[in-house]
Amino acid sequence: MTMAASRSFNVLPGFGLAMGYTLVYLSIIVLIPLSAVFIYTMDLTFAEFWQVVTTPRVVASYKLSFGASLLAAAINAVFGLMLAWVLVRYSFPGKRLVDALVDLPFALPTAVAGIALTALYAKNGWLGQYIEGVFGIKVAFAPLGVLVALVFIGLPFVVRTVQPILEDMETELEEAAASLGARRWQTFRYVVLPIILPALLTGFALAFARAVGEYGSVIFIAGNIPMVSEITPLMIITKLEQYDYTGATAIAVVMLVVSFILLLIINGLQAWAGKRTGRNR
Amino acid sequence: MAGTAGGLLHGGKAIPGRQGGGWLGATRFEKNIATNEPPWVKWTLLGISLVFFAIFIFLPLVAVFTEALRKGADVYWKALSDPDALSAVKLTLITAIIAVPLNLVFGIAAAWSIAKFEFRGKQMLITLIDLPFSISPVIVGLTYVLIFGANGWFGSWLGDHDIKIIFAVPGIVLATIFVTFPFVARELIPLMQAQGKEEEEAAVVLGARGWQTFWHVTLPNIKWGLLYGVILCNARAMGEFGAVSVVSGHIRGQTNTMPLHVEILYNEYNFAAAFAVASLLALLALVTLVIKTWVEHQVQAQLNGDR
Repeated sequence: MTMAASRSFNVLPGFGLAMGYTLVYLSIIVLIPLSAVFIYTMDLTFAEFWQVVTTPRVVASYKLSFGASLLAAAINAVFGLMLAWVLVRYSFPGKRLVDALVDLPFALPTAVAGIALTALYAKNGWLGQYIEGVFGIKVAFAPLGVLVALVFIGLPFVVRTVQPILEDMETELEEAAASLGARRWQTFRYVVLPIILPALLTGFALAFARAVGEYGSVIFIAGNIPMVSEITPLMIITKLEQYDYTGATAIAVVMLVVSFILLLIINGLQAWAGKRTGRNR
Repeated sequence: MAGTAGGLLHGGKAIPGRQGGGWLGATRFEKNIATNEPPWVKWTLLGISLVFFAIFIFLPLVAVFTEALRKGADVYWKALSDPDALSAVKLTLITAIIAVPLNLVFGIAAAWSIAKFEFRGKQMLITLIDLPFSISPVIVGLTYVLIFGANGWFGSWLGDHDIKIIFAVPGIVLATIFVTFPFVARELIPLMQAQGKEEEEAAVVLGARGWQTFWHVTLPNIKWGLLYGVILCNARAMGEFGAVSVVSGHIRGQTNTMPLHVEILYNEYNFAAAFAVASLLALLALVTLVIKTWVEHQVQAQLNGDR
């Protein structure tokens, strides 16, 4: 990767300094520490690595982490789209407050979200007393609690990727559809949805990627019961607390590989969304 | 760019929304019969989304403050004036004061080289800058343990020289820098790319020096994006839990940040105190959102003024 400025003449100064600083800082803070994870796992043979990352307790944590993240992202795709739609298309009292508070999960520390959700869904909590007390469904200290926390942290990803596309949309296409006799639902299904689909999928993927690695908001509400409600990041912590560095690192490698694949998918989706809507992001 | 959603700019364009008026006036979609739904559909969608919003966003926020004040104002103030709580506040502030400016300088340097110059591997560099957003905070903590921990690469050397990084403040700061790494850069890169480099070129051709060009031409143009990135970076720096939890060691009064102090109090079943400290962090989040909304408003007003 050569970083020389292109042949075209550029009068602006500071390329060498700015680029040099960027690369050094990036390497020290991000790249070298990350490479440590991979180098550390090299101490293991593949058989040993495979044995560590496929122990039943760890496999149970993958199932919960990936399953709950997928479900949470799907729930957010539906309700996030609805919320974005309502915020762009309708006027209602308190709209600006709702619009601003949608970003709360980005701004609220995850530990605070975690204890607040636990308080709400615990057996004597505002919501828990009905859900658990009346319907007998355990949310806090159960896998369902993990789902609730992941829905909370993922919501803004979907709303904030879909909302600008909806705001930019011209009304002409929908007018044409209406004048050609399409019903409102048909217009949504065949005209609006194809336009927002790339953004919606991007939001879904972002919410999923965030949910897989989430720790703070989940551990309080999950109850962390082995084989039942342990998430994968918690398995890394558990191994670390037992001074099992190689075990922790092996699981981290699995998660990192998944993250990199997700990152590639998200970049692809965003390129597609850019093409579809003429945005250059 | 991957990583998070939203941002002050969407693909080089300012946020076009909010032109539909506040809640007083109907939106442009509501005025148009072709883009309006039947009332029952509209009210159903509104109802479902607002109930969803209330349950998942609004109630948790209210719960923090209610739980914090449940045992009365005395208990609340006692929890906040506890020496361990104060030292947690102090450590959180120190961490943010170190991490945010470092990432600010990096963000400017990265955006300057990416937006104003052409080079090979640019897209790759942008992806690498975004990388910390897609990595679990727990893994971030782990990487520093592997390098600086007692059994890590530099563990014995650091031990010999009596330098503590893991289970000490430097580790907390490093982990915080990592997780907040992309915030300023990712706001500035699209913003400066959209602005191009004509203004800076004009300044340089007219004889301005490099730093003069930056202070008098570039900085005024990017100030809102910069502020936006800094407040989001700060919110995350003060609120980070997972990464910091791995490297902190949870030593009361020494290596506890506010989120970690919340966890300790909570695990000791001292719920009122845990929520009292949490309420400070929730206030920080609310202030962050207020400033963020205000900045968006400023940018929108500026754009409308330019038209």
